[in-house]
Amino acid sequence: MVTTADKSAGTRKITIEPVTRVEGHGKVTLLLDDKNKVRQARLHIVEFRGFERFIQGRPYWEVPVMVQRLCGICPVSHHLAAAKAMDWIVGGEKLTPTAEKLRRLMHYGQMFQSHALHFFHLVSPDLLFGFDADPAVRNVIGVAAKFPDLAVQGVMMRKFGQEIIKATAGKKIHGTGAIPGGVNKNLSTQERDFFLKDMEQMLVWARSALKIAKDYTAAHLAELKDFGSFESNHLSLVRADGAMDLYHGVLRAVDSQGKKVLNDVDYQGYFQHIAEEVRDWSYMKFPFMKAIGPEAGWYRVGPLARVNTCDFIDTPEADAALKEFKALTGGKPNNITMAYHWARMIETLHSAEKINALLHDKDLQGTDLVVKGPRREEGVGLIEAPRGTLFHHYRVNKQDQVVMANLIVSTTSNNEPMNRAVQKVAQDYISGKPEITEGLLNRIEVAIRAYDPCLSCATHALGRMPLDVEIVDCEGSVVDRRQRD
Amino acid sequence: MSATFTFTIDGKEIKASPGQTIMEAAEAAGVYIPRLCYSKDLRPHGSCRVCTCMVNGRPQAACTQPAAAGMVVDNNTDEIQAIRRDLVDMLFVDGNHFCPFCEKSGNCELQAMAYRLGITAPRFPYLWPERSVDASHPEVFIDRNRCILCGRCVNASKDIDGKNVFQFVGRGEHKRVAVNAEALAADTDLKGADRASMVCPVGAIVLKYKGYATPIGRRIYDQKPIGSEIESRRK
Ligand code: FES
Repeated sequence: MVTTADKSAGTRKITIEPVTRVEGHGKVTLLLDDKNKVRQARLHIVEFRGFERFIQGRPYWEVPVMVQRLCGICPVSHHLAAAKAMDWIVGGEKLTPTAEKLRRLMHYGQMFQSHALHFFHLVSPDLLFGFDADPAVRNVIGVAAKFPDLAVQGVMMRKFGQEIIKATAGKKIHGTGAIPGGVNKNLSTQERDFFLKDMEQMLVWARSALKIAKDYTAAHLAELKDFGSFESNHLSLVRADGAMDLYHGVLRAVDSQGKKVLNDVDYQGYFQHIAEEVRDWSYMKFPFMKAIGPEAGWYRVGPLARVNTCDFIDTPEADAALKEFKALTGGKPNNITMAYHWARMIETLHSAEKINALLHDKDLQGTDLVVKGPRREEGVGLIEAPRGTLFHHYRVNKQDQVVMANLIVSTTSNNEPMNRAVQKVAQDYISGKPEITEGLLNRIEVAIRAYDPCLSCATHALGRMPLDVEIVDCEGSVVDRRQRD
Repeated sequence: MSATFTFTIDGKEIKASPGQTIMEAAEAAGVYIPRLCYSKDLRPHGSCRVCTCMVNGRPQAACTQPAAAGMVVDNNTDEIQAIRRDLVDMLFVDGNHFCPFCEKSGNCELQAMAYRLGITAPRFPYLWPERSVDASHPEVFIDRNRCILCGRCVNASKDIDGKNVFQFVGRGEHKRVAVNAEALAADTDLKGADRASMVCPVGAIVLKYKGYATPIGRRIYDQKPIGSEIESRRK
């Protein structure tokens, strides 16, 4: 919204400030010199951390429900990560089959609906119409007008995922399904049959969405290869045997060449491996792997990271898609920012396959819901949220009150990567341009959007990120102004 | 049984016997009078005033007012419902009631009363009090931020448990429920199985480790509004 000029250095600063809702707040500042070269590009996200204090003194069983207030978009991820931490507190980390499968169903439902929402409502306008298309058309309404089938698919896939959340957690948002050591309900046969009747259609749509993302990437590879791209480490949970596992596993990180830099470690000790750096210009922290250090130890999380870290996928169609994906880079990690979309759609199909398998599993109608064991005073819960690895860490006193909470959310892990992506796009597309067009600014958003950061919450609601940009010369006077809302 | 007499509530004839309160006679006849502090097996406390009715044209608390022959009681009128809404609204802003994550949600009488009265958002400014939490007891968790001072725990402990664990201290806006030990519930002889541990209409006194065990949809007020169990008895 505000543009300032650093007169002494003969530079000017462009600020891109999306007006967002309470979940997050982000803006981009571009510092240009008098030749319009980008000297510095930064993404600032104002993150709400008051929660970690707010929760102190609260009884631990309240936490999995309370933490969902952190986010209106993926509350289920916080619900489950906190519940997994509390499983440790009550000594119930080895869940009954019914409890683990019900939680997995909830989680795959969440993944499915979140990815579908992001892809169809938020990303598809850029992919279908192009980055430079008229913004009056380049939005979800434009998609609905020109590609009505796709718009309907997006809505129906989201609804399917949300109904799964409702059936497992009690409500579409802010439910209570997971409790320390288990779950509070199973899945009735009526509930199961309700989903089975639409399952085949969901698989069909997940396949076609994957094809759109894959074909788009292949067709535009020349441009996308470098678009906001850079080499990085990639981090996620993987199953002990190296399979993709969105709900549980060990922590693995690979470098840009595929070398394991975090070798399948138990996440209860994540703090021995991961630290968070504070920088004076951002409220949000910058996590990094301790063994490598803050300079080079940062990493990407989310769909791209997950397809890069895992060795295979344990559902056949997604695994075949993964092989195609990996073939593009000769088996090495894929460092293309825009490949997030393809990876996200592989996960969407994987989630659909998992949901299908779970619906056919009799364990979901089991009645053994909760286990408890020796009480502990500390617990860590990790989950692969739609946007990436989510860390929840708590200490609980003998009176059952939370005394310490530390959360690392996916968007925080992707803080450095998103900054890199913004820098790259700014250097490649904006640097030296006499005029900053809407299409150029949109490219910055396109790069940020690939990560599906939580600051796009407003965009989820509106279909685009409102922007207010002023360009000020080195004397401090406004020479240009662009607004979009 | 001594001779019965009749009076009317909203024009309907109600039978009563001597000594019955308006609340008791109404309940026996399947007429629901909204209430919060009143609990059937406890001495009426008469503090919340949600049961206020117009009795022969004057406001009275139905839970404490004895029924009398020929009384004319107005219960379900717009005017009285508006008074009740104001009272419940004030209770909400007077404490810290975070229904979306409170473990009592769905089983909470305050929340259910708000729904029944059609309250969707508070109309008064929140006071955001800072009150103490007592987690010391191995079976019971006490959060005074959610207390509505109904007195049920005080009366239940004294009259049913015979223990006197809870008392009121302070006056006016400083009034609180205290325990009869130096500071903490753990130092009293309170047990989880005591009536006092179970009568709280809100989430101020809850049994530990039970939160959220009932799935949404199967909690007390998920299906039917508060009071419908009484109204279903109406012939
Ligand atoms: S129920 Fe009568 S005053 Fe509270």
